[in-house]
Amino acid sequence: MTPAEIGGIVAMQGFAGLSLFSVLLLMALGLAIIFGQMGVINMAHGEFMTIGAYTIFACSQLTTKYFPGFQPYYFPLAILVAFVIAFVVGYAAEYLLIRHLYKRPLDTLLATWGLSLAMQQTFRSMFGAKEVSATLPEWLMGSVKPSESIDIPINGLFVMGLTTLVTGIVFLMLYRSRWGLRVRATVANRTMSNAIGINTKKVDRLTFAIGCGIAGIAGAAFTTIGSTGPTSGSLYIVDAFLVVTFGGAASLLGTIASAFGIAQTQSITEFFLTGSMAKVLTLLFVVTVLMLRPQGLFVSKIRR
Amino acid sequence: MMDRMRIEVKKPLVRKILIGAMSVLLGMPASISFGADFPTAKVNTTGLAVTDTEVTVGDLHSKTGTMAISETGSIQAETLAIEQINAMGGVLGRKIKVIYEDGASDWPTFAEKSKKLLVNDKVAAVFGCWTSASRKAVLPIFEKENGMLYYPTFYEGLEQSKNVIYTGQEATQQILAGLDWVVKEKKAKTFFLIGSDYIWPRTSNKIARKHIENVLKLKVVGEEYYPLGHTQFNSLINKIKLQKPDVIYAIVVGGSNVAFYKQLKAAGVTADKQTLLTISVTEDEILGIGGENVKGFYAAMKYFQSLDNPNNKAFVEAFKKRWGKDAVIGDVTQAAYLGPWLWKATVEKAGSFDIDKVAAASPGIELKTAPEGYVKLHENHHLWSKLRIGQALETGQYKVLYESDLIEPNPFPKGYQ
Repeated sequence: MTPAEIGGIVAMQGFAGLSLFSVLLLMALGLAIIFGQMGVINMAHGEFMTIGAYTIFACSQLTTKYFPGFQPYYFPLAILVAFVIAFVVGYAAEYLLIRHLYKRPLDTLLATWGLSLAMQQTFRSMFGAKEVSATLPEWLMGSVKPSESIDIPINGLFVMGLTTLVTGIVFLMLYRSRWGLRVRATVANRTMSNAIGINTKKVDRLTFAIGCGIAGIAGAAFTTIGSTGPTSGSLYIVDAFLVVTFGGAASLLGTIASAFGIAQTQSITEFFLTGSMAKVLTLLFVVTVLMLRPQGLFVSKIRR
Repeated sequence: MMDRMRIEVKKPLVRKILIGAMSVLLGMPASISFGADFPTAKVNTTGLAVTDTEVTVGDLHSKTGTMAISETGSIQAETLAIEQINAMGGVLGRKIKVIYEDGASDWPTFAEKSKKLLVNDKVAAVFGCWTSASRKAVLPIFEKENGMLYYPTFYEGLEQSKNVIYTGQEATQQILAGLDWVVKEKKAKTFFLIGSDYIWPRTSNKIARKHIENVLKLKVVGEEYYPLGHTQFNSLINKIKLQKPDVIYAIVVGGSNVAFYKQLKAAGVTADKQTLLTISVTEDEILGIGGENVKGFYAAMKYFQSLDNPNNKAFVEAFKKRWGKDAVIGDVTQAAYLGPWLWKATVEKAGSFDIDKVAAASPGIELKTAPEGYVKLHENHHLWSKLRIGQALETGQYKVLYESDLIEPNPFPKGYQ
């Protein structure tokens, strides 16, 4: 093993940590908006991600069938479609189910859990019980080689770029748009917001739908690194909740910091210990911090 | 309640008299031929659901929940086999009726449903279970209620029961010959063992390690387990790159499987640079992984859909005709297909549906029509079967490169525990 090769491994391991960070952040972002801003524990978050994954699959099938020449380019467009579909389903779910339960937070937990089961079975009936695999464009596969001993996965770079983009947009929307202003006002004081003419019901519905839409984007992006099946979303839900809770429920900055902390802990321990041990240590780390700071890493100051 | 009971008592009597009268009058040979050779009273002395014209069996798999991904193929194969047997006239002149139960990927549900099938429905046999966890959950019930289970999945071994017929391979049948092949063909000296963290991969890797170190006198440079459902393998891949093993020996399952192979490819670990041997990727799994991500890697199985023999050609054709032209058939699906045929052969040899007689008649049962080729039931209720090495193609099929002799099943291998 030459020094160059060891350097290569170190570089790739550094990238692995960053890549895991962006994956965790992207999967937690939608949840952070819904949980953090509305206080709704959305157990169906994973299934909204699955909607995104199946959208990619459906788009890939359609492209291969009707526009084979468009195959290398369909992917970014399909991600947008995934957002729209997950957004619409989220909007409907809020209208039909969630809004009746705002005053009963524990019941939303049960209701969204039920929703997730119903959605899983819907996927199974629509696409079959077996996993499917979308044909991904060539340019997303494989790796770039900056030097002989370094392979940087392109799909990792892609997820990283997308995460940066989506996080940026979410920040802009929350802190620079009217919707963001209304959301923050509603979170700070619902009654007063209502009194000054903000339609908080509408804000809630939009917030929930946007959170679901972002979950759809995440699910779509993860087809490059993971599976597409009726229960694929449930693989991510635990990690997503971990990130959001650890970061502090109502803080986007906290979500970012927490995703970074968890990703680094996990990828470093994974490299030096075995996979299962790494998971144990990561969870221990999170539990310890949460014992010392039950409210999570960051807390936004709000009046309850 | 009383009324219904009286009617139920009356009904068979009336029917028997009527049938008797009719067959005397008309001399119906069809009903007499089996009736004379195998009267229900003789072939069913323990109160199973067997009538003059029908025998009831159970099918117990997960139609819903996480395991539906894997178990759907088994349900399809068993259904096809039973339909084919019925088209040939059934078993001992009786048509097979199937009661389908859904284990719902939940082990207590499996236990409950198996109890229902055995106690309420009094089925003559059950084809079912997929994971070891579900089999372990139903095993005590099958032993207590004296039922017969045909279990299709390749598994870790270390089990043998009068009430179970194992139609998949136990671990040594799948592992040893595969390792021997890769050492001989690829001149492999070092191995990196990877698995999902539960009993089957751990037991299998334990056997693999003992074989590599004690028998082949070679080296294991890494052994790693990841939680079920783990989706991030970049750190593991870097560790593999650090160790540079000649062979990656992979037993990753479920959603993790897809993530593992996609990320391997993205990290530049492809078949032209790295030998990888797996025992957990069948044609079914490739559907989810994508052929382009496993192209060139090797799998050790007893069955591949591409096997070139007349039995298999007929089987693949019938399967696609029944379940659609895009259907794929993996190792376990084929093993599930053997279940009903083995049971039919055993019942006919025993001349009885009684569980004890079927269990006793099982050793030595041969099947010359199996898609995988000739198989024979061992005294330990496992199958003698061959091991094959396939190389994955981009189409999602395997090219068969090697075929062993028939391997004796040995669920309790000495020196490997």
